[in-house]
Amino acid sequence: MSERVVAALTAINNAISQNKQLLTDLDAAIGDADHGINMTRGFGAALVKVNELAAASDVGMILKTVGMTLIATVGGAAGPLYGTAFLRAAKAAQGVIDVDGQTAVRMFEAAIEGIKQRGKATRGEKTMLDALEPAYEAFINGINAEKLLIECLGLACEAADKGVEYTKTIIATKGRASYLGERSRGHQDPGATSSYIMLKALADFCQSGR
Amino acid sequence: MKKVINQPEQVVEEMLEGVALAHPQYVKRLEGFNVLTRADGPAAKVALVSGGGSGHEPAHGGFVGRGMLDAAIAGAVFTSPTPDQIVEAVKAVDGGKGVLLVVKNYTGDILNFEMASEMAMDEGIQVETVVVNDDVAVENSTWTTGRRGIAGTIFVHKIAGAQAEAGAELPEVKRVAEKVIANVRSMGMALSPCIVPAAGKASFSLAENEIEIGMGIHGEPGTHRETMRLADEIAAQLLKKILNDMPVDPDDEVAVMVNGLGGTPLMELYIVNRKIREVLDNSGVKVVKSYVGNYMTSLEMAGFSVTVLKLDQELKELLFAPADTPALVQF
Repeated sequence: MSERVVAALTAINNAISQNKQLLTDLDAAIGDADHGINMTRGFGAALVKVNELAAASDVGMILKTVGMTLIATVGGAAGPLYGTAFLRAAKAAQGVIDVDGQTAVRMFEAAIEGIKQRGKATRGEKTMLDALEPAYEAFINGINAEKLLIECLGLACEAADKGVEYTKTIIATKGRASYLGERSRGHQDPGATSSYIMLKALADFCQSGR
Repeated sequence: MKKVINQPEQVVEEMLEGVALAHPQYVKRLEGFNVLTRADGPAAKVALVSGGGSGHEPAHGGFVGRGMLDAAIAGAVFTSPTPDQIVEAVKAVDGGKGVLLVVKNYTGDILNFEMASEMAMDEGIQVETVVVNDDVAVENSTWTTGRRGIAGTIFVHKIAGAQAEAGAELPEVKRVAEKVIANVRSMGMALSPCIVPAAGKASFSLAENEIEIGMGIHGEPGTHRETMRLADEIAAQLLKKILNDMPVDPDDEVAVMVNGLGGTPLMELYIVNRKIREVLDNSGVKVVKSYVGNYMTSLEMAGFSVTVLKLDQELKELLFAPADTPALVQF
């Protein structure tokens, strides 16, 4: 399993670096034009660290390594936020070798709680939560309906995609984009977009690996 | 993009090496970290630590030295430094009397310094934090993250630094830092954008005759755009917005900073300063100290900000106290 987790993280890293320009351009419109650059640097470094781990590492250990590395390398707001998300998910996956549906729900929930606490944000403020919270809800609904994990991930992606679209219609009240007020409307949130890209990469990876 | 750099990924690293080599009497590099500390190591006083994204030089490393900062952490360009770097800076300069973190109000900086402060306190170091939010361009409402911190931060470094140098305890250093924050307001404008080295292109574009009012120091858009006008008109407009927010009375004493954003000649900054003085003098306000120059820049952005600090006797004495740093020397 741990090789699968590392392979999934590799897929996420690839997706982030393929979308480096997109994320940076979205950030240039309402922020400070560095989201893609920072995320690419951070995930690249996280993957190096993960590949140095012992083969027997559990999912918790792997995700903890990702979280610590993101905190130390991303900077900006995204570093502490995504870093905290991975650390919380890691805690929920301590000693876990094989992630089942219920574990995945706990990890997802813990990650979102971490982002909310660290960022003192809620849904509707034009942040990554606008992609992640609907995704989590779609995911847990799928799990409760006893759908396959891979189907639930697909539902989560659809919901996150809609969440990203939704960010275009609202004004930012958190983060640097909030200073723009009304001028932030019409722009897609870079943080919500990077969240969607990660979820999509994870879902695609699981789909291709079936 | 034309820039005098080697690799975009190396700009912060190579700049810090250059700073340490240029000013060995003031600063040294904390080995393995993007941190500049005072050359003479931790003193038995409250330590002042600040930092933020790079690209604002001489802020913050240029203000490390006697009477101002004890350490400055340099993040990537326009990106907050990370908690591990901040913690190392705190540990390096803590002389046992605690550390005051001076943070500019940006979500990234707040989150990273907050995590670092939790980590340092876990290691038994006394840490307090103040957040600078002097930019009146952006409204401070429940709908925003609050005002941004810009050039007024230098006054916090100067005055809290003097207080720490005088041997005050941490709560007293924090108190004067907060007093400065309560009495300092700034506002800026831009004529042209800046280019983040790793991005390689301008962060926004302005037409030939267009200016951006209320510009931030990271290339983030301001409040609105206008047609280019005379220096006197722009200066008066920025000052008016500041004084609307923080009224001053005749006979009040203030300090003024006209800060260049990196790409504006000193000639133009002095022209702005002339107008600012004229308006303040005419209203009977006493400008007891002026700073004109590049203190908190935004790479090669052309433009400037104006900062007004309202003084009482305590702040005035601390502002006039000596400082000896690479970017600010006064005796």
